[in-house]
Amino acid sequence: MTVRDVARDAYREALPALAASLVGGLFAGVILSGMRAELRAVPGLLVLVPALLATRGNVYGSLGARISTALHQGLVEPRIRGGDERLRSAVAAALANGLLASVFAAVASFAVLTVLDAVVAPLPVLVSIALVSGLLSGVALAGVVVTAVFAGYRRGRDPDTLVGPLVTTTGDLFGMLFLLVAVRLVLSLSGVL
Amino acid sequence: MLPVLLVLTLVELGSGLVLGRFEAQLLQYPTLLALVPVTIGTAGNLGSILAARLSTSFHLGTLSFDPDDEHLVGNAVATFALALSIFPVVGVGAWGLTALIGGVQLPLRIVFTIAVTSGIALATLVIAVTFTATYVAYRFSLDPDDVVIPVVTNTCDVLGVVVLFATVQLLL
Repeated sequence: MTVRDVARDAYREALPALAASLVGGLFAGVILSGMRAELRAVPGLLVLVPALLATRGNVYGSLGARISTALHQGLVEPRIRGGDERLRSAVAAALANGLLASVFAAVASFAVLTVLDAVVAPLPVLVSIALVSGLLSGVALAGVVVTAVFAGYRRGRDPDTLVGPLVTTTGDLFGMLFLLVAVRLVLSLSGVL
Repeated sequence: MLPVLLVLTLVELGSGLVLGRFEAQLLQYPTLLALVPVTIGTAGNLGSILAARLSTSFHLGTLSFDPDDEHLVGNAVATFALALSIFPVVGVGAWGLTALIGGVQLPLRIVFTIAVTSGIALATLVIAVTFTATYVAYRFSLDPDDVVIPVVTNTCDVLGVVVLFATVQLLL
């Protein structure tokens, strides 16, 4: 193989996945730029954004990879009804990890910003936003990942190649969308806005 | 899974703190805010794709750490070509979509230049970080699949924000 062959192969393989995540990222950006009022109302929220988005990708990407592996090994049936024990526990573990990491991100940002003497929203506000957005986006992403991996598998596609682009695209989009929903909900409940 | 996840969360908090430092500028120009998730995402993806490919060549025994190695050079060339294909679309897309929702608008020329300059800088950094991480994993006989991909993806996320910040300070 020459340098040219290697480069052409790598380019062709990567471009579709990058293009898909580009679309998700751009829409996430539009939601973020429409959230300026909320970002002003909750100081410290912007600091949380990269951690929350990365958590969605890390947790649900790994859930997708686990389910694909279990399908390949014949440990899980590609059916959502029937409540397979392994499937349920994998989804429950992903949700728990996602919630823990989100709350941890909220507490850590609050601590760092307080130490740096920066203006930061009260801890309960940040933690409730992280919890609510983690729960809503977690349920949505688990649903999307499980449905898409099963549908792909039943149609004879390798679910491993579906998971990466799917999670990076929908993870950013749902992560940001439910962050907006969570901020609005928490702000209206706490009577700040 | 959980301990790694918490460490990665702390790494991402670093990029959040960089974002916090230029929050005033981001809130003033919605287009810049729109560039944030897509720049982070693309930088992370370029890194994870390059790391996965190098890791596979490494496992297949076709990779050598020689400056003339065709897998190293070819994958580096592809990373540059991908950045040069994606980042112009990032600039135009972020500008066009935020034009629809209003707010103070930056000229297209500026947004395009910010996106493409960040893209070129990021491609260079992604290659440097991924090559270094793969080489370190190789020297310490670690499996590059386990170590390199999460480290590279999350480091590139942080670099995405840092490079965007530096480019905005330079060009705005």
